[in-house]
Amino acid sequence: MRRLVSVLFGFFSLSSVVIMIAVATEAATLINGAGATFPFPLYSKWFAEFHKVDAEVEINYQSIGSGGGIRQFTEHTIDFGATDIPMTQEQLSKAHSPILHIPTVVGAVVLTYNLPGIPSGLKLSSDVISELFLGKIKTWSDARIAQMNPGVKLPNEPVTIIRRSDGSGTTAIFTDYLTKVSPDWKTRVGTGTAVNWPVGLGGKGNEGVAGLIQQTPGSLGYTELVFAKINHLSYVAIKNQAGEFVEPNLNSVTLAASSAIKSMPKDYRTSITNPSLKGAYPISAFTYLLVHESMPKAKGEKIIKFLHWALGAGQQYAQKLYYSPLPPEMISKVNHTIEAIHLVPDQHE
Amino acid sequence: MSNFRLRKRARREIHLGDLVFSYFLRALSFGLALLLAVIGFFLFRGAFASISRYGWSFVTESVWDPVQEVFGSAPVLYGTLVSSLIAVSIAAPLSVAIALFLNEVVPPKIGKTIGFLVEMLAAIPSVVYGLWGIFVLAPWLRTRIEPILAQDLGWIPIFSGPYYGVGMLAAGLILSIMIIPTVFSISREIFKTIPTAQREAALALGATRWEMMKISILGSSKSGIGGAIILGLGRALGETMAVTMVIGNRAEISASLLAPAQTMASVIANEYAEATSDIHLSALIEIGFLLFVVTFIINAFARLFILRETKS
Amino acid sequence: MNPAVLSQHMSQRYLRRKITHWIMMGVLALASGLALIPLLSLSAYVLTQGIPGLGINFFTHLPQPIGETGGGMANSILGTLTLVVLASLIGVPWGIGTGLYLSEYPPGRLSTAVRFSADLLASIPSIIIGLFVYTLIVIPMRRFSLIAGGVALGIIMIPTLARSTEELLRRVPVHVREAGLALGLPRWKVILRIVLLGNARAISTGIILSIARVAGETAPLLFTSFNNQYWQRGLGQPSSSLPVQIYTYAISPYEDWHQQAWTGALILVLLVFTMNILTRILLSPRGSSS
Repeated sequence: MRRLVSVLFGFFSLSSVVIMIAVATEAATLINGAGATFPFPLYSKWFAEFHKVDAEVEINYQSIGSGGGIRQFTEHTIDFGATDIPMTQEQLSKAHSPILHIPTVVGAVVLTYNLPGIPSGLKLSSDVISELFLGKIKTWSDARIAQMNPGVKLPNEPVTIIRRSDGSGTTAIFTDYLTKVSPDWKTRVGTGTAVNWPVGLGGKGNEGVAGLIQQTPGSLGYTELVFAKINHLSYVAIKNQAGEFVEPNLNSVTLAASSAIKSMPKDYRTSITNPSLKGAYPISAFTYLLVHESMPKAKGEKIIKFLHWALGAGQQYAQKLYYSPLPPEMISKVNHTIEAIHLVPDQHE
Repeated sequence: MSNFRLRKRARREIHLGDLVFSYFLRALSFGLALLLAVIGFFLFRGAFASISRYGWSFVTESVWDPVQEVFGSAPVLYGTLVSSLIAVSIAAPLSVAIALFLNEVVPPKIGKTIGFLVEMLAAIPSVVYGLWGIFVLAPWLRTRIEPILAQDLGWIPIFSGPYYGVGMLAAGLILSIMIIPTVFSISREIFKTIPTAQREAALALGATRWEMMKISILGSSKSGIGGAIILGLGRALGETMAVTMVIGNRAEISASLLAPAQTMASVIANEYAEATSDIHLSALIEIGFLLFVVTFIINAFARLFILRETKS
Repeated sequence: MNPAVLSQHMSQRYLRRKITHWIMMGVLALASGLALIPLLSLSAYVLTQGIPGLGINFFTHLPQPIGETGGGMANSILGTLTLVVLASLIGVPWGIGTGLYLSEYPPGRLSTAVRFSADLLASIPSIIIGLFVYTLIVIPMRRFSLIAGGVALGIIMIPTLARSTEELLRRVPVHVREAGLALGLPRWKVILRIVLLGNARAISTGIILSIARVAGETAPLLFTSFNNQYWQRGLGQPSSSLPVQIYTYAISPYEDWHQQAWTGALILVLLVFTMNILTRILLSPRGSSS
């Protein structure tokens, strides 16, 4: 009996020691961020690399989706947010303090599919894509798909649409594209981080969608390019405005980005889907970090340091992970924007 | 009651220590009741925007559209109800059968061991069930079971349409596994309270062992088993992680069990951290509030049943 | 009726009843076997898929960026330990105190209300507790934190522990308490020293079981303690935990992460099973003192 009590006592004192250790290690600066899953593979690399550059900083990034990034950022539960779709005017006005959008890289949304025996390069036009996601085209062997893909043996199987179950920038980019190319989609569904999907299974995050596609033969879904690449999923060549079938790659995505440079607004909140430029990939987007225009000094300094690093040395990691770096003329502009961040003295919470 | 005697004794000499101690415990207990009320209040407060904006249409409408800010939770309620009903209709007969078998047929030692194993099912964390569901159960359903169901029974609406592995059926199955221990242990407790004489009476009249079970055990514990099943139902309604991982997350009412669905708990887990508009958030909290109310009702019911059992 | 026909009729009926009996026995046995299949399948998968990932790295390393192998769940394991301790700091005194009140003080309106509240609170889906703590703590603190996660788990511990303590102490004979009072001890000492400590073994099984339950909770942590790919930096900061990490990895598309999810599940299941078996040993008649 006594022994048992002392065992319990021992357990508690041991565990309090664990907690003490946990408290004592507060020395390093922990910066919390959350949001987009779209750039997560790159960001996870960036934050790991930046930790090597400045060992004092640990940047904890959780890929909960762009919708979540915006929400938690405006709730002030995280230090920075990340999103693939700029915040709307309404969302910005609801936030209590001015917010900056910092574009980091350009990414492409690809349509990926799980059709055993059919490698990447299946050709689809924008109207076929919208009808697939509206549930109007139901089987892979549909005449309109076959017509664009002579010589490809399409199975007579139902198309299982896979889409996001959470609020997502990837969804916003994709539905923004569909809204631009399909009047029917525009009236029936519209654009948003979470929409009322006519058909399909929901997966959580780009990770979840890629996972579901892997698990489901006959499926078609949309993810950021890197998720298709890492997971060896096949993806579609999409017909762009100029009438060519374009696969997503460094070149076609960069072209799409550069098409927007002339008309780039000061706060970088712009859409680059369905560009008219020849050779440009139709579904790509800037992805952004969200930061407050004024930040407490200790964390703010580190965040500014990181942002400059990301736009400089960080850009070299983009290509390896299938993102396109920002066009050089944009980088200097964005660096100016970062310098405008002002720091306020730390208040103790 | 024994406490009464204690009270008398305590009244004779009231120590300051006793007074402080009793008020301390009273405060803790009151705090527990208060905590429940506060949770209910917080949920109601959070849900208020949605309640006042949508009223009853929140539970009757079936469109869940965050873009247009139209929130009707009928598909979510439907998904919750159907997945739980599948779970209960599988788990209830199984659990009662196991309880009978272990309590009445096999030697006590074996019964104890197997009973322990069944109860271990309750100890496995929900997320581990989900993991198993994604990588074992769903692929098995998709490749082995659902093709057969769809091919041979596809003319029945509940097995019609395309199948994915994940979906209502997978969720119902995983829930049934998860609630078996709940229904099983309560049923077994009830069977244990039935006096041996009652069994012997039936056997003495020449009943076979099965007839004895039917008459003296099942016959006299109907409402207790009812209560056990309702508690199992309550557990199924609120189960979150495992369901979220295998149900397919689609808010739509579909007759087919092979189709994906969404439950109250899974929609919260999926969308809560990510809801961008305030009204979306409020709608999700309203779902939480509804779940809270349903739990309340279910528990009141189950207690009523079990109470009646133990009183008689 | 002719006695011979009667007896033949009887024996036919008897046979039919016998057959029904045996069929039903078969059905019952089958049902019991059926219920064990998922347990076996689950254990087999958790073992075979989880063991290959066991290695020193798993316990000592932090998660690696996507596509780089060799990461572990060290921070998640520490996170879960911390959360459990925090939860116990709230849940154990509160739960046991309430249990003492229910069992040691005369029944009244408060105890009826408390008993009902405890049962209800115990059956509220844990994700709702998460919602509650998010609005109660995370939003005002402006931070996901270990504290928030610990509070959520603590709240989940209270009702189960209160009820199990009450049940256990009700079985303690009154004369034990009377003996203490007769010695002139004040009541609070009797309750603490004789009733509570005298049954420490039984009470501790209740504590262990409630710890085992909250250790595997995921849903209430999703928006309270959140996640963190580094070591936790104090109680006011977000932290990783085993269940949340398993969830994150399970729904990801990466082979390496799936592997780690299984290994994490193995650790979690071992932890929970050990605690459950421990309580059986503590409660076994041989060692029991009550």
